[in-house]
Amino acid sequence: MNPGSWRLWRAQVWAILRFEIKKNFLARRGLWVYLLALGPVVLFGGHSLEMLRRGRVCELGRDSLIYATVFQFFYLRLAVFFGCVGVFINLFRGEMLEKSLHYYLLAPVRREVLLAGKYLSGIITTIVIFCTSTALSLAVLFLHFHPSVIEQYLYGAGGLGHVFGYVGVTALACVGYGAVFLVMGFLFRNPIIPAAVVLVWESLNPFLPSVLKKISVIFYLQSLCPIQPPAQGDFAFLAILANPTPAYLAVPGLLLVTAVGLYIAARQVRKLEINYGAD
Amino acid sequence: MSARDIVFENVSKFYGEVLGVNRVNLSIPPGITSLVGPNGSGKTTLMNLMTGLLRPTQGRITVLGVRPDQPEVLFRFVGYCTQFDSFPRGMTGYQFVYSYLRLYGKTHKEADDLTSSALERVKLTDAAHRKIAGYSKGMRQRIKLAQAISHWPRVLILDEPLNGLDPLVRAETIALFRSLAAEGLHVIVSSHILHEVDAISDQVILLSSGYVVAEGQIHGVRSEVEEHPMQILIRCARPSVLASHIFEMDSVVEARVHKDGKGLLIRTRDPDRFYLTLNRLVVDGLDLESVAPADDDVLSVYEYLIGPDGGSI
Repeated sequence: MNPGSWRLWRAQVWAILRFEIKKNFLARRGLWVYLLALGPVVLFGGHSLEMLRRGRVCELGRDSLIYATVFQFFYLRLAVFFGCVGVFINLFRGEMLEKSLHYYLLAPVRREVLLAGKYLSGIITTIVIFCTSTALSLAVLFLHFHPSVIEQYLYGAGGLGHVFGYVGVTALACVGYGAVFLVMGFLFRNPIIPAAVVLVWESLNPFLPSVLKKISVIFYLQSLCPIQPPAQGDFAFLAILANPTPAYLAVPGLLLVTAVGLYIAARQVRKLEINYGAD
Repeated sequence: MSARDIVFENVSKFYGEVLGVNRVNLSIPPGITSLVGPNGSGKTTLMNLMTGLLRPTQGRITVLGVRPDQPEVLFRFVGYCTQFDSFPRGMTGYQFVYSYLRLYGKTHKEADDLTSSALERVKLTDAAHRKIAGYSKGMRQRIKLAQAISHWPRVLILDEPLNGLDPLVRAETIALFRSLAAEGLHVIVSSHILHEVDAISDQVILLSSGYVVAEGQIHGVRSEVEEHPMQILIRCARPSVLASHIFEMDSVVEARVHKDGKGLLIRTRDPDRFYLTLNRLVVDGLDLESVAPADDDVLSVYEYLIGPDGGSI
């Protein structure tokens, strides 16, 4: 590989990032992504304020389990999932609808470099939004506990590892779902259809044969969550992990799913034609 | 195949079952080439094919020897001003041109200089830092043109570039095209404004329903339309006297006094022979003011080839 090419590609990706990140953060159609990200912050903030108002303090262990349940069933499966739908499907599809994608395609940029730049911009956007939200929701969850309890949890009971674990899983969710919805943006005109199909597929994951389970994002994310939700209650069936995958396999597994997604997206972007009338 | 030309070899493009263009064979040399045809004739499809925005269903295209599916090479020397009147949101004219120049790998200084130069060439320097959303139609057209020429391309493709321009800017823009063509650029223009196409083109490509019906220099194309005798308008003080001489010529199929009474409109199947005979009459003392072809233009040629119902040009 020519080092000059690498330098050029890096400059081009940087130019695309400057363009896209601003657009991703300020897009009017992305408002609901912020609302989804704010959901758990509001939920746990409200819980903490209510406890403070009543002068009651919950048990930290119990709240951790509630957080783990909300994180898996709401945050990963819905908030991050639909947030990635909103950001990644629109990276190309949104510009097709606005009839401005051709400007990129008329620049001396390899289509794969364009794809890489746009995907990275989506990753940065979603990671900033959702990892901030994860950290904030944990912070407000701890709000009604005495500082000594929090200190004991963070530094004495592995709580800091949990925090990093949740933030890391959120970031990996953005990477994995990002690749999936980037591909879907090329294959479908209406994002509702692919979102529904992937949502059903991810929800069916616990019931799939072990080979098919691996063709998903949630399978790896569940294995990486620092605390597993209790296997009881209405949503227990979603939490069943027959054979939790160790982190050293789950992370490469998720990255492999991502790489396959990006490979398909790269093939699609090479074939991409501008025909706004049909879109 | 020439690496100096834009070459289409048996190119067809279908949108599903709808024909875009069919079996196009062209070799476009440097200079100003106009694509002429009614809506749906395939002008934009040809332009999108040569820039890789569309892929041919069959056939092969090269632009100065480069395939359109190599954008990283092609757009180093090609600029395309499309007819899409849409822009990335929230940008000023300066940001629009500058941002895309950064995609070329230009440094801030290089991109800044090129942006200023392009904006100056299209006379938009004063409005450079205003949002494009507040531009008039003509200004939007010019900012697209600035973006297309900002990197000093060798091939400039312009889809309806004169749309929305006021007469003064239109004249300036045409002058810009001419100066670019004089520098040896390929300038490919599609336009509905036929008299302007006629005035600026070195060659024309006439399209109808996805087929190339004629190509070449407009006068050469006209002379090949044999079933329609060429019309020539001869301006003179005494057209009736001239008519009496002209009726004796075999090559003339029709002659009638012009409606303003100050000239004679003749139709001939053999203009070369007619001009020779006319020269002899002038040598013999016949007084003429001017002699000029009356239907040697794109509109007439298009109507002869396609018919008046060929479409709305």
